[in-house]
Amino acid sequence: MTITEVGSPRRRKEDARLITGRTMWTENVVLPGMLHLAILRSPVAHAKITRVDTSAALNEPGVVTAFSGRDVADVQGSLPCAWPVTEDMVHPDHPPLAVDEVRHVGEPVAVVVARSRAAALDALAAIDVDYESLPVVLDLEAALTEDADLVHLDKGTNRSYTWIFDSAEAGSGGAVGAAFDGAEVVIKRRYRQQRLIPAFMEPRSVVVDPTGDQYTIWSATQIPHILRFLVSVVTGTPEHKVRVVAPDVGGGFGGKLQVTPEELIAFVAAKRLGKPVKYTESRSDSLMAAHHGRDMIQDVELAARRDGTVLGLRVKLLANMGAYLGLVTPGVPILGAFMYNAIYKFPAYRFECTGVFTNTVFTDAYRGAGRPEATYAIERIMDELAVEVGLDPIEVRRRNWINADEFPFTTVAGLTYDSGDYSAATDKALELLGYDDLRREQAARRESGDPVQLGIGVSTYTEMCGLAPSRVLGSLRYGAGGWETASIRMLPTGKVEVITGTSPHGQGHETAWSQIVADQLGVAFDDVEVLHGDTRTSHKGLDTYGSRSLAVGGIALYNACQKVIDKAKPIAAHVLECDPADLEFAGGQFRVRGNPDGGKSLADCALAVFAAHDLPDGIEPNLDADAVYDPDNFSYPHGTHLCAVEIDTQTGRVSIRRYVAVDDVGRVINPLIVEGQVHGGVAQGVAQALFEEAVYDDDGNLLSGTFVDYTLPSAADLTDIVTDRTETPAPGHPLGTKGVGEAGTIASTPAVVNAIVDALRPYGVRDIPMPCTPERVWRALNGGVA
Amino acid sequence: MIPAAVDYSCPSTVEEAVQALGDEDAKVLAGGQSLIPMLRLRLAAPTLLVDLDRISDLRGVRSDGDHLVIGAMTTHAAVLGDPLVNQYAPLLAQATATVADRQVRHRGTLGGSLAHADPAGDLPAVVVALDASMEVAGPGGRREIAAADFFVDYFTPALEPGEVLVSVRVPKREGWSTHYEKFNRMAQGWALVGVAAAVRRDNGTIAEARIALTNMGSTPVRATAVESALTGADASLEAVRAAAAAAAEGTQPSGDLSASAEYRSHLARVLTERAIMAAVGQAHAA
Ligand SMILES: Cc1cc2nc3c(=O)[nH]c(=O)nc-3n(C[C@H](O)[C@H](O)[C@H](O)COP(=O)(O)OP(=O)(O)OC[C@H]3O[C@@H](n4cnc5c(N)ncnc54)[C@H](O)[C@@H]3O)c2cc1C
Repeated sequence: MTITEVGSPRRRKEDARLITGRTMWTENVVLPGMLHLAILRSPVAHAKITRVDTSAALNEPGVVTAFSGRDVADVQGSLPCAWPVTEDMVHPDHPPLAVDEVRHVGEPVAVVVARSRAAALDALAAIDVDYESLPVVLDLEAALTEDADLVHLDKGTNRSYTWIFDSAEAGSGGAVGAAFDGAEVVIKRRYRQQRLIPAFMEPRSVVVDPTGDQYTIWSATQIPHILRFLVSVVTGTPEHKVRVVAPDVGGGFGGKLQVTPEELIAFVAAKRLGKPVKYTESRSDSLMAAHHGRDMIQDVELAARRDGTVLGLRVKLLANMGAYLGLVTPGVPILGAFMYNAIYKFPAYRFECTGVFTNTVFTDAYRGAGRPEATYAIERIMDELAVEVGLDPIEVRRRNWINADEFPFTTVAGLTYDSGDYSAATDKALELLGYDDLRREQAARRESGDPVQLGIGVSTYTEMCGLAPSRVLGSLRYGAGGWETASIRMLPTGKVEVITGTSPHGQGHETAWSQIVADQLGVAFDDVEVLHGDTRTSHKGLDTYGSRSLAVGGIALYNACQKVIDKAKPIAAHVLECDPADLEFAGGQFRVRGNPDGGKSLADCALAVFAAHDLPDGIEPNLDADAVYDPDNFSYPHGTHLCAVEIDTQTGRVSIRRYVAVDDVGRVINPLIVEGQVHGGVAQGVAQALFEEAVYDDDGNLLSGTFVDYTLPSAADLTDIVTDRTETPAPGHPLGTKGVGEAGTIASTPAVVNAIVDALRPYGVRDIPMPCTPERVWRALNGGVA
Repeated sequence: MIPAAVDYSCPSTVEEAVQALGDEDAKVLAGGQSLIPMLRLRLAAPTLLVDLDRISDLRGVRSDGDHLVIGAMTTHAAVLGDPLVNQYAPLLAQATATVADRQVRHRGTLGGSLAHADPAGDLPAVVVALDASMEVAGPGGRREIAAADFFVDYFTPALEPGEVLVSVRVPKREGWSTHYEKFNRMAQGWALVGVAAAVRRDNGTIAEARIALTNMGSTPVRATAVESALTGADASLEAVRAAAAAAAEGTQPSGDLSASAEYRSHLARVLTERAIMAAVGQAHAA
């Protein structure tokens, strides 16, 4: 087979319509008779609802109906959590519209449906709600004390679950206690993962259209298939009566990996009215009420020998669930559990995570989900170890990492890493950064007392993505599998429709999938159309998150292509009057082996099947094929990110001077897309290190409620990113690819913070809480508490 | 959010605008870059918007003897690119270049920035440092207000009900050197602190200095202690640093998510030093 498309930096075929906005966003859906829904949200973090009166809203112009949680209490159902991580997990009800009690600012309380969005929003002011304040729970540690106030009074505790992994118990390693007992060096640190907001570009939007007994839901979601299944389960609507469409979706970052209160509220309203209803959130509502991410306290303890060899690791997490459990809220920190050991081969490990309820909006997946937190903690503390034992941070990693010839390697967390070459990626990164020169410059600046100090940060990472082997998910008590599907429809003219069960929301699947199919079937790139996101076209799939689409869905696609070829072969042989066994398929042509002329193309076969006038006996006139693939392992991309920062010691400002990302994501289908993913991922990771934080005040009001206060960096805040790759093909993957969607986010945050701390070590600084704002850096420099 | 329902008028002369503003709850609309967000968040809910967009007299820059006269509706982008401004009031051009992003600068206006009187706005400190004055028109006719008197409190200019800011008169400061030093968290964001410095030198020593601070109180603040310490001083780093140490004296900065009052005071000292050193042409690294 001649490979032409795979590996070429094709411009993305979806971009023209996405960039110009001339496409179908959910907000662009306009249906005859469509009504508009507005949501009244709780202004308080915790209160009993003693009275709701929506009657005055009915008299407002254009209003069709108004109702509160009480009016729909028995039909609205409870929002699903698909990941009960332990058997005894405390799992409170989560009504889409609050009924008796509100538990976070922004929780939906009542709705107005009107003929225009403006009329609906205006009429919200006419709804009267009386709240009786309840104590607000915000602090994770205080929430777990004996006499703590409660988020859910009836549950008697703010603890949702405690989940433990112990390498001795799991049989994947030694006892961590023994490792610490014998250790020459023990380092203990507390790190804080601040609360973040996914801040996707397109706010969430949903349209529900009831037609007869059929419900069509358009939603700006990452998970149309999961949404269909769960809407059916939660509302008791038969699954075949629910169609979900995720049209073009403007970003998600995990923030749209959710079955949202708003989707169900719109569903309930449309069902009550028998009319199409649209809800599109404002940016302020989005920041306040769409799920947040991260928000953990990490207590990390590392045991090592004086020569820098790590002996064991203990991790204790407090993870803020928020007020409720979203779709995978409890599982997010657990995804990190398998990654704290990172690229290192130490023998003993114990992880314990407690999920805690607070009066804040629920947390859930945010790009990297669990793995950025793990990578941050281990990469930060490896730097501490380097300092403690007097080694260069690169050297301390070298002494502990898995060598290229040791793969496949079963880790202390029980995963089997398939492949990698940490040394190759690191060497390349060091060279691209000019590591040695920068170290010399750093020394010179320290020497001369330069007001601008230089720091170099190292982050060597791996991650587990390509979610996920279904059996593993089952063993972790996740509610669904991890397989993925692809279908190929051969049209009579030789054009190809590809249906994927993944659900792109900005990643460029249409381009990458077309490249793969073009090579496999020998058709032109432009002759492939990739269809997705509509459960009527793509009835089966597990959607897009966890860097799974290509890592898992790509294999399904490859397999479907092979099935098409297998089906076409007897037909080609029939036309060529030869034995199918004598045929080979290359460049889109079936040819008799050894005879370069007179082949038949796949398009010829498609037309032959369409006519079906002369097919071999017993052959179905059909080349279409489906494939479902369930991986038997995760995908393990890795790499080394290096960051050099300059710190203005007078103001505390951190400027990134140079950023180098060398990633190994296996074989690359489209380098342009891979680079885009790395750039975006790094930007988001840098944002956590330097800029973003969702902040609540002591009453549980979100202070960072607009983009003035939730400081999302723009291109002007970032720096050029030097990207490069090493390429270790994923074994067992016919395309050799690994996931790339989250790598940049996972790797970059510790690279930046390590650089800052590296710069400031001579000042006695060993940590700065994220985001490392100028003021926090300035305070740390001046010996204050940052 | 969306704004509450509001009436709209679009007069073509200043007099008509003043008349329209007779309506009690009327508000002037200039570039809308500050007002529209306030309407959307319903922090303001006027009953009538009087849009100055069609009043061509309010746009543009002209020379009037030893002053520049800049129409209130001149956009930031127009100010930035104006040759007269760059020649006679480079401080204003330089500070305007730091305002927001390109899109905002093409809609937002000088008059709007001043009338909005946001303590974090960059241009109020600049007009104070330059000793400009505001020409306003109202039901009782026209009057002039010195920049020092124009900023009364948070978001409160010295405009009477019904008054429109017509133009800004900026003295041409030949022989002065100036610099605006802004410190923001985000590249295109508001100043945590800003310092507008104008310095006149005489034979190597500083003869006169005017320093105004952004975001160190409810209005732009003159750093008078710094100004007097500089008068007669040489322009060395030591002298300037010593003078700048007094930058936060008498200020009342607020604390918010981006910076505490204490940090703002520290920044005022550092940035004042930098602004003066840059103005006198001896910017040092950092
Ligand atoms: C994203 C963003 C970032 C920004 N960053 C900065 C920044 O870094 N630095 C900075 O200085 N500014 C910044 N701004 C504000 C920007 O400079 C605005 O343009 C300015 O504050 C208001 O000007 P405007 O013409 O848009 O006025 P409008 O928003 O139309 O009006 C503002 C107020 O002034 C009143 N007003 C306007 N014109 C007159 C007049 N002629 N007479 C009487 N009253 C009048 C209005 O009634 C209103 O109360 C930013 C704005 C945005 C949206």
